[in-house]
Amino acid sequence: MYAFNYQRAKSVRQAAGLLAKNGEAKLLAGGQTLLPTMKQRLASPPVLVDLARIEGLAGIERKGRAIVIGAMTKHADVATSTLVREAIPALAALAEGIGDPAVRNRGTIGGSVANNDPSADYPAACLALGATIVTNKRKIPADEFFQGLFTTALDEGEIIVKIAFPAPSKAAYVKFPNPASRYAMVGVFVAKRGSEIRVAVTGASSDGVFRWTAAEEALRSRFNPKSLDGVAASADGMISDIHGSAEYRAHLVGVMAKRAVSAALGK
Amino acid sequence: MTATGIGAPVRRREDFRFITGQGRYTDDIERPGQTYAYFLRSPHAHAAIRSIDAAAARATPGVLAVLTGDDLAADGVGGLICGWMIHSKDGTPMKAGAHPALAQGKVRYVGDHVAVVVAETLAIAKDAAEKIVVDYQVLAPVVDMNAAVKKGAPVIHDVAPDNVVYDWHLGDKAAADAAFAKAKHVTKIDLVNNRLVPNPMETRAAIGEYDGGSESFTLYTTSQNPHVARLVLSAFIGIAPEHKLRVIAPDVGGGFGSKIFIYAEETVCVWAAKKVGRPVKWTSDRTEAFLSDAHGRDHITHAELALDDKGRMLGLRVKTKANLGAYLSTFSSCVPTYLYAPLLSGQYDIPAIYCEVEGVYTNTAPVDAYRGAGRPEATFVVERIVEVAAREIGQDPAAFRKKNFIRKFPHQTPVIMAYDTGDYAASLDKALELIDYKNIGRRKRESARKGKMRGIGFSAYIEACGIAPSAAVGSLGAGVGLWESAEVRVNPVGTVEVLTGSHSHGQGHETTFAQLVCDRLGIPIDQVSIVHGDTDKVQFGMGTYGSRSGAVGMSAIAKALDKVIAKGKKVAAYALEASEADIEFKDGRFGVAGTDKSLAFGEVALQAYIAHKFSGQDLEPGLKEGAFYDPTNFTFPSGVHVCEVEIDPDTGVTRVDRWVAVDDFGVIINPMIVEGQVHGGIAQGVGQALLEGAHYDASGQLVTASYMDYCMPRADDLPSFKVDHTTTPCPSNPLGIKGCGEAGAIAAPPAVINAITDALGHEDVTMPATPQVVWRAARKAAFRTAAE
Repeated sequence: MYAFNYQRAKSVRQAAGLLAKNGEAKLLAGGQTLLPTMKQRLASPPVLVDLARIEGLAGIERKGRAIVIGAMTKHADVATSTLVREAIPALAALAEGIGDPAVRNRGTIGGSVANNDPSADYPAACLALGATIVTNKRKIPADEFFQGLFTTALDEGEIIVKIAFPAPSKAAYVKFPNPASRYAMVGVFVAKRGSEIRVAVTGASSDGVFRWTAAEEALRSRFNPKSLDGVAASADGMISDIHGSAEYRAHLVGVMAKRAVSAALGK
Repeated sequence: MTATGIGAPVRRREDFRFITGQGRYTDDIERPGQTYAYFLRSPHAHAAIRSIDAAAARATPGVLAVLTGDDLAADGVGGLICGWMIHSKDGTPMKAGAHPALAQGKVRYVGDHVAVVVAETLAIAKDAAEKIVVDYQVLAPVVDMNAAVKKGAPVIHDVAPDNVVYDWHLGDKAAADAAFAKAKHVTKIDLVNNRLVPNPMETRAAIGEYDGGSESFTLYTTSQNPHVARLVLSAFIGIAPEHKLRVIAPDVGGGFGSKIFIYAEETVCVWAAKKVGRPVKWTSDRTEAFLSDAHGRDHITHAELALDDKGRMLGLRVKTKANLGAYLSTFSSCVPTYLYAPLLSGQYDIPAIYCEVEGVYTNTAPVDAYRGAGRPEATFVVERIVEVAAREIGQDPAAFRKKNFIRKFPHQTPVIMAYDTGDYAASLDKALELIDYKNIGRRKRESARKGKMRGIGFSAYIEACGIAPSAAVGSLGAGVGLWESAEVRVNPVGTVEVLTGSHSHGQGHETTFAQLVCDRLGIPIDQVSIVHGDTDKVQFGMGTYGSRSGAVGMSAIAKALDKVIAKGKKVAAYALEASEADIEFKDGRFGVAGTDKSLAFGEVALQAYIAHKFSGQDLEPGLKEGAFYDPTNFTFPSGVHVCEVEIDPDTGVTRVDRWVAVDDFGVIINPMIVEGQVHGGIAQGVGQALLEGAHYDASGQLVTASYMDYCMPRADDLPSFKVDHTTTPCPSNPLGIKGCGEAGAIAAPPAVINAITDALGHEDVTMPATPQVVWRAARKAAFRTAAE
């Protein structure tokens, strides 16, 4: 790790100000990606702005039919929240499957979503549930937020404050973990709200999380795993590495999607 | 059997300190004035070093020294050695390229040691290392073994222009060819034994220290054999004479072979300590461990098995290429030769065997012994080809094995080994019963109903442990003897310290060795301590590897204990005023036969030290005996492992559903510890079969250099094991011990792969059989079935 300056922000406004002062400064949320990267000397931000002590950034509440989760809420708190478990059990289950206990007790939903790692779990939930990412400047629909590998709609100095998830009528997330890292090699989040069906896929595409519209269409006629028979994801643009070829990942997208639909139906 | 004697499941005495954070590992040791070493490593797989400019690094505040290969050469420090000479078929000695601890003119793998920075803190050392400018002339690398031996391939060492270290063979070629000429059926297979990274929980570490007053060095290091480390560092590398070098291997957190070897880092730390005049510490981080710990396995093999018309084995021919990496590590040369080919007879009566092995240099990390060392590779060949042969001729794989088992002992195989004892059919029968073999058909149908594919796989393994008679290994090229030493020091109050040349790095010697003492001397276990891992305390020893500590190390202790008892009888005779011939030792008391006169062991110890009852002319005072034990043969643990897997053809995920291990380890000292060894071994073997694989890309970068990509076995990858035993005591050592430390890792890989290929209708899979590999094979099998 290289030397850096550490700043503890007291408010989102102050954090934004510190970011504005130093273009290379980085926000520190749970630090589960940033700190290991810095330890390996692969990142060397001159300034870290810690969000941990900002009041009101963590917490979960119900607002109408939506669950609103503060950006600094830890994965473990989402996983064990009664509110989340009742309204969107699939989201609680997803949080329970992130990393290991140490990661879940430090890592935050805002950090994960802002980082937009192509193998992260939360982006799939945001996209499939049609979440709204609320920042210090505006509200961004998930469909516009994720813009490819580690790329988001966030502007310079823009900070995620909370994320609002409309509760679905049925939803499930099923992932195929990378055997080594246990990050999602393919993760499929399926959600049904009224007649709207959304299928979001993480881990598979070299462009990051995406909606699998062909599967959504097929499920619209009948929300049943059988509807996906013969619907194949294209291997074009899928990640190919020692753990899985693009073809294998594309195949797994289909398998995981079916399993997610089954799980959403309680099968 | 007493509560703490031989055969008792005594809880490991060392565990309390380990699990309460009171273990004292090398990195826990802080020496006054300690400095920190950081190694600048090669980013290239193959490059010439034109120049190294370290001026800016040296000028960094807090830096004490930046040292390179030139400094080593200037000080006359020798290179690292390979201690086992192998001769090629044509009689020429193996081609060992120079192996300097810091590169001299050339780097040969990613992670190779270019320079060391010694600084006040590790962070300063790392910062300074970034300022070192190395002018590399990048050379074409060669990573693949087949490519390395092709004409025109890049030359890694000038002494081996074809990248071949040796072209070795064992067995009678003419006899094997004759067997194939009369064969009714010949089974042929091609196998890859995947490269593994050892991954002990504790990474390697070293602290070098120099005392100017006594002109002597101390090295604290993560070693499985501190005495051999001292011998090599003094006699071959030439850092200091043996009596001026103390090597301490304190608590060591796992080794699996990778800590047998003498590496560049500890060599440099000892040498640099004198140069900077302060202790120098280095602790490997996990990435360095992946890059620079000696890797394991990495064979490509073609094998052929000849059968007669009844399915009896007539002959075996094996041709193997073994990747030795960029340099010959300490014992690398013997692993794919004398620790491999002599095991190719397995448990089978095979009249003729011929094996050829080419050792090959590549631009990859050195490869050396890793849990099982050669025997897992041999067992994989034998148990895969036996399985395939049984399927090809339509015989039940269990019955086919049984028919070909060796049944008369001793049995001389055509490849050196003389098996002393065993009952292979007994292990197989027990295993078949425990796995419920008769209902496997039903279980397969049940899996099929769920859309899954179930398979069963056998592995009837043998290994050679307790290495080994010194004269025998010497005749095969070993540079050292492989006996073991022990010293039993009885204190005046009767407590006992046992000094052993074996080294515990997870095996539980502090418990099992003490059990032997309790058993023999009849004293409570808390009156016994086991001392190991310090060359100033233990005079000499050969260390722990090859499942040798029980069979060889404990035999030495037993021998020394016999001497203690014999001396005790003499003391007791004086103290009890009886004839020595009438003294009996039983249950911890020396008594006069036919009387009720007796003294407890501790009372005799006191008499030995106060020496009031005898004259020094008649008997030396004191009670301390030493012994060296040189084995008369290898030991031959064997057994049968059976596993059942269930495959999800949609994803290719293999779930290991059942595991039965029936092992014959001879006499067992502590069944709980032995069971733990079996569990750990199976876990590593399943790791090799399903999960682990070191992968270099074509440019020689290690792609699997962290746990993000290198997959270690986890608890949920494994079922609950059924572990059982058969017992034929080993006749060649006084305790009847055969050894158990590597069995699981040896037995497991072919059991898993045989089970997978059984499930897939005999479609072959390579290791590691990851979900993707199995999914592809399942699809191929499905296409084939559809076509048929």
